Amino acid sequence: MVEKVNYIRYDGRKPDEMRPYQIKTGIFRNADGSAEIKLGGNWIVVAVYGPREHFPKAQLSQDKAILNCRYHMAPYSTSERKSPKPSRREIELSKVIKNALERAILLDQFPEMTIDVYIEVLQAEGSTRVASITAASVALADAGIPMRDMVVGCSVGKINGQLVLDVGEEEDKTGEADLPIAIMPNLKKIVLLQMDGKLTHKEFKEAFELALKGAMQLHEAQIKALMERVKEMEQFGDSR
Amino acid sequence: MMRGFKRGTLIDILRVKEVKKLIHDNRRVGDRDFLDFRDITIKTNVVKKAYGSAYVSIGDTIAIAGVHFDIGTPFADSPDKGILISEGEVLPTASFYVEPGPPTEEEIELSRIIDRGIRGSGMIDLSKMVIVPGEKVLKVFIDFNILNDDGNLVDAASLAAVAALLTSNYPDPDKLLNVESAEELSTVDRIPLPIEDIPITITTAVIDGKYLVDPSLPEEVAADAILSITHTKNDEICAMQLLNGELDYNQLFDILDIALEKSREIRNYVLSHINKR
Repeated sequence: MVEKVNYIRYDGRKPDEMRPYQIKTGIFRNADGSAEIKLGGNWIVVAVYGPREHFPKAQLSQDKAILNCRYHMAPYSTSERKSPKPSRREIELSKVIKNALERAILLDQFPEMTIDVYIEVLQAEGSTRVASITAASVALADAGIPMRDMVVGCSVGKINGQLVLDVGEEEDKTGEADLPIAIMPNLKKIVLLQMDGKLTHKEFKEAFELALKGAMQLHEAQIKALMERVKEMEQFGDSR
Repeated sequence: MMRGFKRGTLIDILRVKEVKKLIHDNRRVGDRDFLDFRDITIKTNVVKKAYGSAYVSIGDTIAIAGVHFDIGTPFADSPDKGILISEGEVLPTASFYVEPGPPTEEEIELSRIIDRGIRGSGMIDLSKMVIVPGEKVLKVFIDFNILNDDGNLVDAASLAAVAALLTSNYPDPDKLLNVESAEELSTVDRIPLPIEDIPITITTAVIDGKYLVDPSLPEEVAADAILSITHTKNDEICAMQLLNGELDYNQLFDILDIALEKSREIRNYVLSHINKR
């Protein structure tokens, strides 16, 4: 896959190297579940509320819970101010992230209820959608919501003909292709798949496998964050 | 008025059941082959007022697209390129579930998939849309609408947008130095649009582990996953979107092969069925 092993990226990384990452859970006292991810310069927080009663009543679903999901970027999260009003991009991403999380949550255990997932990107530095999903799934687990599996995302890009793992902001702007994916790592299911730019079938296969590798690394960080939270709760009780 | 219904939630539950039952017996509604499209019609230059236009039907799904131009300022990061804007809506004529109003998340997703296919393939040579570099360029608008919804809106809208562009002319940028408004623009001599590629989008649904190209609305409702893939004329992938559901890893690669083969077939069909300007 990584033929040009000597290729060095704009931030000094090797092609198959992730940026430093850290996931924390239980960061908000009021939410039923919460998580934070730092991935390179990305800083994203997620709060989960619910399952709770659905309003308005006329639109509830009688056989399962409704999942609401909002991906939102703060105006100060980018170097040029972003209008706080949800852009078309943010609306599309909210939709694909919702589909990804919906696949994992056992929604049919909570008929007539709502689960709200609020994703706030406080600082953006490329690959925010997949980092958001990774953190959102940890926040859902923190809220004690039953799930079939965790959901974890990662991206691969192509820049100067080279495939690179965990696309940074510069690579996103100048690269030739971008492939964000999200998977359920234990069930081995793809739940988010988008592509931008141009890739041959051969490149796509390599890119996909590289993205899986990155996702599995982040999955370990998800588990670690949840284990830490469990330990904390054993020691101090639920401090939320 | 039926308000608050989502796409597919009220469509004939029996049709969805029929779809699932048939597929279980390795059959499809209307005895259509799993890898076959419904009948496609393409009519170009249907709206004379636009610079280019197309009307496409795939089965009972109908899409229409029109091309327009205006004068604008280029983006700071691409001073030597024109601007491409493609947007679309599902019109209230399309089905009982559609209400007039701001675009839904599904409509925004649809628009952005079509946009990525056209942009990613480099279909239009935007460097030939420049009047004064860094100051004055042409803006290309591709507006599309769904007039009737029986599933596979992505392929229908994408085909309409591509066919409209293929038969579109544009105002000669060399004659636009003193032109400032869209009104003046419409009187300038037109030349053929610089077309570099023909991106073709193929949507495949997975139901019961089987692959169905060009899903109808009840098939979409019954689907475990729906994946749209756009290919260039050189067989590269230039856009991809998992519209719904979940996929096994091997299913992704099966669908990639199907989409590539079908894209070649549909591209040939498009080329032989559009009226050259």
